[in-house]
Amino acid sequence: MKNKYSIFSLIKNAFTDHENWQRAWRDPLPKKEYDAVIVGGGGHGLATAFYLAKKHNMKNIAVVEKSWIGGGNTGRNTTIIRSNYLWDASAGLYDHALKIWEGLSQELNYNVMFSQRGVMNLAHNLQDVRDLKRRTHANRLNGIDAVWLNTQEVKKFCPIINTSPDIRYPVLGGTLQRRAGTARHDAVAWGYARGADAMGVDIIQNCEVKGIKRNGDSVEGVETTKGFIKTKKIGVVAAGHSSVIANMADIKLPLESKPLQALVSEPVKPIIDTVVMSNAVHAYVSQSDKGELVIGAGTDSYVSYTQRGSHDVVEGTLKAILELYPIFSRMKMLRQWGGIVDICPDASPIISKTHIKGLYFNCGWGTGGFKATPGSGDLFAHTIANDEPHKLNADFNINRFVSGDLVDEHGAAAVAH
Amino acid sequence: MFLINCPYCGERDQSEFTAGGEAHIVRPKQPTELSDDQWAEFLFMRKNIKGVQLERWNHAHGCRKWFNMVRDTSNDKIHAVYKMGEKPPIK
Repeated sequence: MKNKYSIFSLIKNAFTDHENWQRAWRDPLPKKEYDAVIVGGGGHGLATAFYLAKKHNMKNIAVVEKSWIGGGNTGRNTTIIRSNYLWDASAGLYDHALKIWEGLSQELNYNVMFSQRGVMNLAHNLQDVRDLKRRTHANRLNGIDAVWLNTQEVKKFCPIINTSPDIRYPVLGGTLQRRAGTARHDAVAWGYARGADAMGVDIIQNCEVKGIKRNGDSVEGVETTKGFIKTKKIGVVAAGHSSVIANMADIKLPLESKPLQALVSEPVKPIIDTVVMSNAVHAYVSQSDKGELVIGAGTDSYVSYTQRGSHDVVEGTLKAILELYPIFSRMKMLRQWGGIVDICPDASPIISKTHIKGLYFNCGWGTGGFKATPGSGDLFAHTIANDEPHKLNADFNINRFVSGDLVDEHGAAAVAH
Repeated sequence: MFLINCPYCGERDQSEFTAGGEAHIVRPKQPTELSDDQWAEFLFMRKNIKGVQLERWNHAHGCRKWFNMVRDTSNDKIHAVYKMGEKPPIK
């Protein structure tokens, strides 16, 4: 990498008032033809390009992004990373990602601020207790760290939680994954972009895909707002807009796109040093390094591409937050936003080739894609380069909706939307 | 967040309603004769349109009746509401 970041480069640039830092990636115009084109410059798309170049030596590739990189769901999520999924297929997928997260800042020479502060999932009724205990056992059989905490241990781990038995949904215990945590979402997109660019990948922003050119059962290229780009392989990583791209190629996906909301409060001093999620009352909260509470709400029940969401969803979440954390009752919320998430009927992603040769989809991450970013990119790159899935994403093929072999994480995951 | 004009109750807040997804997906008449592909198409595959879409809605916290709606998913604007069994008023 030509401009390696280090303590020395930081000191050197400090002497020149930080005015001589170089651009982290180029701003090229599209070439006429690439070996592969990735549609969507979010974390997953940029990671895909990075691993295609790094592990599969495919360097004549481009990432086309309709807006700026990392401006979609990569910049709109609550940055939680965990791998405590119930089923073997999901556990394999998400823990693969978590293992890459653990060395990612070094791999990218870019600080993604990965912080293993732990993720705690609360139980509020007997069924929750049974489900979550079962999940800790399943996690441990899959080599994923998980412990069950009783109510006192929950209180000790996060003292601001209201563990009174008198609240509407009392805390009966919880699970804790200590290796889980958060990362800086923008840094993930920027780090992958910088790494991919250094290996020759063209990252083309403000370039919207308008059509997929097909020749019978194979692809020939993409029509974009910056002209036609010829390619034999197209990897679509368009999150909430996956169906829009699929409709261009005349195929249907089992997806519905819905707004998922999040909000942040005014910044305060450190008060919560972990991530706490609650499935039953649907509230999760952590604190950013700037001091804001980062709060995740739920999805709306209807299909919508407006990045807004309904007020009653936010209201429901904040009610739950206030019952669990009475200490937050005077805090002001600063910002609220929505991201469009593409949800599969079985709440599991699709990382798959399609019946059209050269057309690949990485979609359906629904409400929880950020945590998978490095693993998703790695496995999708493998799938595109070899035209075959890796064994870790073989179960996440598109044909499972025909065969019935679903990866049913609905309700089994730590938080259901 | 928007208001919905229920064909039975009139204008109410969207939070009273439940969305039932894409409309006019006809239940197969001969389920035993369907192939796996046709079942997948019926059960799972959706157009998920960004733009004008035909949808089913239920007034869950009201009359509890189902009805159809023409709505633009890119801006949440409702173009028309019509009863079950009726043809969509506009395309």
